[in-house]
Order: sequence, then C-alpha cells, then structure tokens
Amino acid sequence: MSEAIKTFFSPSVLGPEIFYGSSVALFLIGLYMVLVKKNLVKIAIGLTFIESGVNLFLISIGYVWGKTAPILNKTLMMGTPSKEVVDPVPQALVLTAIVIGVAVTAMALSIVIVIHDKYGTLNISKIKELKW
Amino acid sequence: MAPFVLYLSLALAILMIVGAIVVVVTKDLLVAVIASAVVDLVLAILFYILQAPDVAITQAAIGAGLTTAIFVVVLRKTERFEDD
Repeated sequence: MSEAIKTFFSPSVLGPEIFYGSSVALFLIGLYMVLVKKNLVKIAIGLTFIESGVNLFLISIGYVWGKTAPILNKTLMMGTPSKEVVDPVPQALVLTAIVIGVAVTAMALSIVIVIHDKYGTLNISKIKELKW
Repeated sequence: MAPFVLYLSLALAILMIVGAIVVVVTKDLLVAVIASAVVDLVLAILFYILQAPDVAITQAAIGAGLTTAIFVVVLRKTERFEDD
C-alpha cells in the first residue's frame, strides 16, 4: 500500500494527472451547477467553470515535460527552439478563448438582468410563462 | 518540473476544487462570486506552472478581474441572496 502511494507521488507519475484530473473535476462541477442549480447567476458561474476547465485541459495537453515557455531569447536562438519550448499553439488558442469567454459571460449576465427586470426573480422555477 | 513544483501544483489544484465546491454550496451569491475569483486566480498560477505566462496574465486580469467586476455589477442590479 505504501509502495503504491510512493509510486503515485513519484514525479514521473504525478505530473500531468494533477492537471488533467483538476480540469475534469472543474468541468464536472460547472456541469453540475448548470444542470442542477435554480439561480441564474449560479448557472452563469457554472458556465465560466466549464470554460476554465476546458482551458486548463488544453494548456495541459500542450505542456511538454521539462521544457520552457515559448518565448524566444538569445540562448533559445542558439539551438533549435522547437525542441526546447512547449507547444505554443494551444496557448494562443486559449488566450483567444479566455477573451471570448468573458464576452459570452457578459452576454449571459445581460440576459439575466433583463429577466430580473421582467419577472422580479432569479429563480428559474418561478418563471412560469416563457413567452417574451 | 521539480518535485516541489509538483506538490505545489497538487496543493493549488486541491484549493481550486475546494473553492469550486464552496461556490456550489453557498447561498450568498457575493460569496460565490468571490470564491469563483479565487478559483480563477489559482487557475492563473497553474497556467504559469504549465509554462504559459501570457495565458496566466490574461487569466488573472480578464478572467479573475473583469469577470468578477461584471458579476458584482449584476448582483448590485438584481439581488444578493439565493432563495430556494
């Protein structure tokens, strides 16, 4: 048993699983909030959690063990930079996805404000008629 | 990645999941918004550990800062507590 624990905590095993596991856990918590919670603000927070989980998963896919950030400097330019840096393509895509996620969140929250002005509540169980 | 960084990232991941669970269970929406800001900041540190400093800067500024500001404005215009 202690041998299994020691194997789990050895750096070669523990490396990517932390990030994969935490990103999947964050995604599942966000999915639970979207599906189960009744409050509209909680549902919007769940959407941001889903986005954050997917972003962390993409970044940890692009991470290569023991390599440095994809920023060129003189010592990197001496050798071959593509063998010494992590994959920069998921980072560029996630950088765009974060900004788009803020725009999606702002859109959802503006709809939440309109719903609260019209119905006077944020509880989706109390919003009976769905005709605008 | 040194073993110290691995244990640090494991602790940060646990902190992030605990913050997300706090967001799920609380009834005060302001507490939920601040806990989600904590989750986003820890996520920025994890991005930095994963050798993505530009994504970490963007996540800390836009994901944790601007999103929290928008949520607080929405809570001010609507209501603070979640009713069952």
